Amino acid sequence: MHDMSAHAAQHHAPPTSFIRKHVFSLDHKVIGKQYYALALVAAFIGMGLSWLMRIHLAWNNAAIPGLQLLSQTGAPGGVMTPEYYLQLMTMHGTIMVFFVLTTAPFAAFGNFFLPIQVGAEDMPFPHFNMMSFWVTCAGFVVLMSSFFVGDGPTLGGWTQYAPLNAVGSIAGPGQGLGVVLWAASIALFCVGQLLGSLNFIPTTLDLRVKGMSLMRLPLSAWAWFITSCMGLTAFAVLMPACILVILDHVAGTSFFVASNLVMNDQLIPHSGGSTLLWQHLFWFFGHPEVYIAIVPGIGIVSHILIANMRKPMLSHRTLIYSMGALAVLSYMVYGHHMFVSGMNPFSSLAFSFPTLVITIPSTIIVLIATFSLYGSKLRINSASLFSLGFISMFVSGGVSGFFLAQPSIDIMLHATYFVVGHFHLVMGVAAMFGIFAGTYFWFPKMAGRMMNETLGKIHFWLSFVGAYCIFMPFHYLGMAGNVRRYSTFVDDFLQPLLPVHRFITVAALITGAAQLIFLYNLIHSRFWGKPAPDNPWEATSLEWSTATPPPFDNFGGKHPVVYHDPYQYGVQSSVGDYVMQTSPEQVKTENDEK
Amino acid sequence: MAKFFAVTIIVIAILSAIPILRHTWVAPEDISTHGALIDEQMSETMAEAGISFLAAQFVLAFFIWKFSNPGPNAKIKNFPGGAKGLVTAALLVVGIEVMALGIFGVKAWANVYLTPPSANAMPIQVQAGQFAFYFRYPGPDGTFGALHPELINEGSQNYFGLDPEHDPASRDDIVTAEMAIPVNKEIHLLMHAKDVGHSFFVRELRVQQDFVPGLDVSLHFTATKVGKYEIVCTQLCGLGHYNMKAYLNVLSQQDFDDWLKKEQAMQ
Repeated sequence: MHDMSAHAAQHHAPPTSFIRKHVFSLDHKVIGKQYYALALVAAFIGMGLSWLMRIHLAWNNAAIPGLQLLSQTGAPGGVMTPEYYLQLMTMHGTIMVFFVLTTAPFAAFGNFFLPIQVGAEDMPFPHFNMMSFWVTCAGFVVLMSSFFVGDGPTLGGWTQYAPLNAVGSIAGPGQGLGVVLWAASIALFCVGQLLGSLNFIPTTLDLRVKGMSLMRLPLSAWAWFITSCMGLTAFAVLMPACILVILDHVAGTSFFVASNLVMNDQLIPHSGGSTLLWQHLFWFFGHPEVYIAIVPGIGIVSHILIANMRKPMLSHRTLIYSMGALAVLSYMVYGHHMFVSGMNPFSSLAFSFPTLVITIPSTIIVLIATFSLYGSKLRINSASLFSLGFISMFVSGGVSGFFLAQPSIDIMLHATYFVVGHFHLVMGVAAMFGIFAGTYFWFPKMAGRMMNETLGKIHFWLSFVGAYCIFMPFHYLGMAGNVRRYSTFVDDFLQPLLPVHRFITVAALITGAAQLIFLYNLIHSRFWGKPAPDNPWEATSLEWSTATPPPFDNFGGKHPVVYHDPYQYGVQSSVGDYVMQTSPEQVKTENDEK
Repeated sequence: MAKFFAVTIIVIAILSAIPILRHTWVAPEDISTHGALIDEQMSETMAEAGISFLAAQFVLAFFIWKFSNPGPNAKIKNFPGGAKGLVTAALLVVGIEVMALGIFGVKAWANVYLTPPSANAMPIQVQAGQFAFYFRYPGPDGTFGALHPELINEGSQNYFGLDPEHDPASRDDIVTAEMAIPVNKEIHLLMHAKDVGHSFFVRELRVQQDFVPGLDVSLHFTATKVGKYEIVCTQLCGLGHYNMKAYLNVLSQQDFDDWLKKEQAMQ
C-alpha cells in the first residue's frame, strides 16, 4: 500500500497551448484517447482490407470498383492479382494484431483508466508516455506508406517467415522495400509498447493511493498490469528480431538466410543463417501477444460484468492468479506454432503439454465469470451484452485450442482455415467484444456523454450473430483441409468448398457494415449524446468517483483514500446497493474478500 | 431481450454442432498406415471439446435467462460451492481431460515422427521451390547424386543441380514432376527446400511437413490405397503459393515399376 502523501502534488503543469493539450500531450487521458483514435482508424482500414479479401476469395474475377486506384498493378481494372491478395492479407493481419488488438484494449483503455483506477494523477513518466504514442503512430504511418512506395507492401503474412522475409525483392513483390518498411514499423511499434509498459508497471506498483492495496485493484487494472509485464518481455524480443531482418536486407548479413539457396537460377548471396531462428524469435513474442490482446479484455469484461451483475465475481483472487498463470504459461507454449516446422519432434511434445495445461486457467476464468452470474441481478445493456458475448466467443475460440495443442492433430489442421477460425474467435472477435464493451461502458467518462443504447444493441446483435456466421464455418473448412493464405482455390478438393466461402463473404460484408453503426454512434454521441452523470452505472471503482470527464489531475486536487475492495455490490448503503471504494461508509457484506 | 439472447446462444451452439455431428465437412478417407491413430485422436478431441463447448454455452445461456432483470425483491446469491468448487472441477475435469489427450496423442505423433523408417523403406527426394515440387528417385544404383545448387537451371531442366559429368551417382537419378509410389510400401521422403519455406501436405495421407531451407528433414509413411491425390504447399512461399501443387500417384507394385522404367527412359 502506498501513501498518497508521498506523491508530488502534480507531475507536470496543465497544458496551455492547443498543441500541448491535444497533440503532444503529457496527459495520460489524452494519450489514451489518441491511442483509441489510432486503433479506430486502424480497425476500419483492417476491416476494409478483409472485405476486399473476402470478395476476392468468393468471386475471384470480380472487379472491385475503385480498387485499381489503390494499386494499378495490384488490381488492374479492379481485379485483384494473387500477389496483391497476399499483400492486402499481410497488411490486414499486421494492422489488426498490432495496431488494433494491442493498441485499443491495452494502450488506449489502460492509459486512460489505469492511473485513475489506482488513484494517481498521471503515469510516472509522462514524456515517455507521450513518446510511446507518437512512436506507435509513426510505426503505423511507416506501415501504411508501404502501400504507396516501390512494389507495394510485403506479401509474407503477418508472421513474415524466413527466409521469404530476408532474401529481398527477388522473392516477389513487396519482399524488398515492403519488408524493410514492415520490420521498421513493427520495431517502432515495439519501442512504443515498451515505453508504455515501463509506465504501466510503476503506475500500478508505486502510484497507488492510500488504502489501495494490490488486492483492492480492480480486475481491469490487474489485467493491464499483467499485460504490461508480458509486453515488456515479448516486445523486447520482437524488436531486435525486426532489426536483424532489416540488417539482412540493407547490411548484407545472413541472420535468417541459409546457405546455398537458389532463386531464379541464381545463388542467393547469403550464407550461414537459420530460417527456424526467426520462427523461434517471432513466436516467443507471438504467443504472449495472443494474451497481450486478450488478457485486457478479460479484465475489462470482468470489471463491466460485475457492475452489471450487481455482485462481485466468485473469487477476485482466483481471477487474478489465473490471468497471471496465462501470462507465465504463454512463454512456455509458443512452440505449438511450430509442430510441423522441422524443429526437433521431441520439442513438439515438450511444447504440447504446457499448451494443454494453459486451458486450465482459461477454463477457471470462464467458469468463474459464468457461475458468478448465478444469483446476480443482471442488467442488460450494450456493455453487458458485449461482455457476455465475450465469454461466448472466448469459449468457442478456446475449445478449438484443444485440437491445435496436439502435434498429431496439428498434422491435419496446421495452416488450414481451422487455425484462422480459432485465432479470429479467441483473440480477434473476443478481444474486439472486450473493446466494444469497454467503449460502451467507459465512453461516458471519456467523452462526458452517453452513447445511444438502441444503436449499441443493434450493433451487438449484428456483430454477435455475424461473427459466428463468419468464423464457425472457418473451422469446418479447415477440417476439410482448406489451406489458408491461398488467393484462389485451384485445387480439385477446394472447389466444393467455394459455396461456404461465399456464405462467409456475405456474412462478413453484413457484419462489417454493422460496425458503421458503431462508428456513427461513437461520433454522434461524442458531440450530441446526452450529457453523462459522474457515475451512470452506479459503479464502485475510482474512475466513477471523479468528475465526468475527469479534470486534468484526475481528482481535482483531492487525494482519494480507498476504504473498500473494488466491487462492493449487493450491500445496503446510503446510495443504493453499492459502496464506492472512496466512501468511508461502513457496510457489512458476505462478499467482502479478505 | 435477455431471454432472446439466451435462446440465440443455444441456437448458435446447436447449429454449430450439427455439421460436426453430420460429418458435413471432414477430412477425406485415410490412406495411410498411421492415419487411423490421428483420426482416432481427432474424434476423441472432438467429443471432449464438443461437450465442453455445448456445456459452457448452455450454462451461460441458462444463467442469462434466469438472472437477468430480476424483480425488486430479488436477493443476491452466490453459486453453492463457490469458487473453490469450480477451481477443483477445472483442475480435475479439464486437467485430467487435457492430460489424457496429451498422453494418448503421443502415440499418434510418435508413429510418424519418433520412429525411424525401416531399413527397406524406399527413399524418394522431394525438392520444393517457387512454385513447384520436383521428385528424385535414386535409380538402379540406389544412391542419390550430390546436389550442386550453383548448377540449378530450370531452362535446361536441371532442377536439382545434378552434375552427371563428374558425379556417377547422379547419372541414373530419375527426376519427375509427379510423385509415384507403390502401394503398401514404406516411403522415406527426404525433403529439400531450394529457396524459401514450403510445405508438403497430402490430406489423404495424413501428412504435413514444412521444408526448412538450409536443413533437410525427412518423413516416412506407407500408402495403403491406390489412387491419385493432390500434394499442396501450405507454407506461404510467395505470389504463386496458391498454385503450388503436384500429384501423388499411388500405384500397384507392377504399375509403379512400369512407371519408373518409363520415366527413366525419358531422362
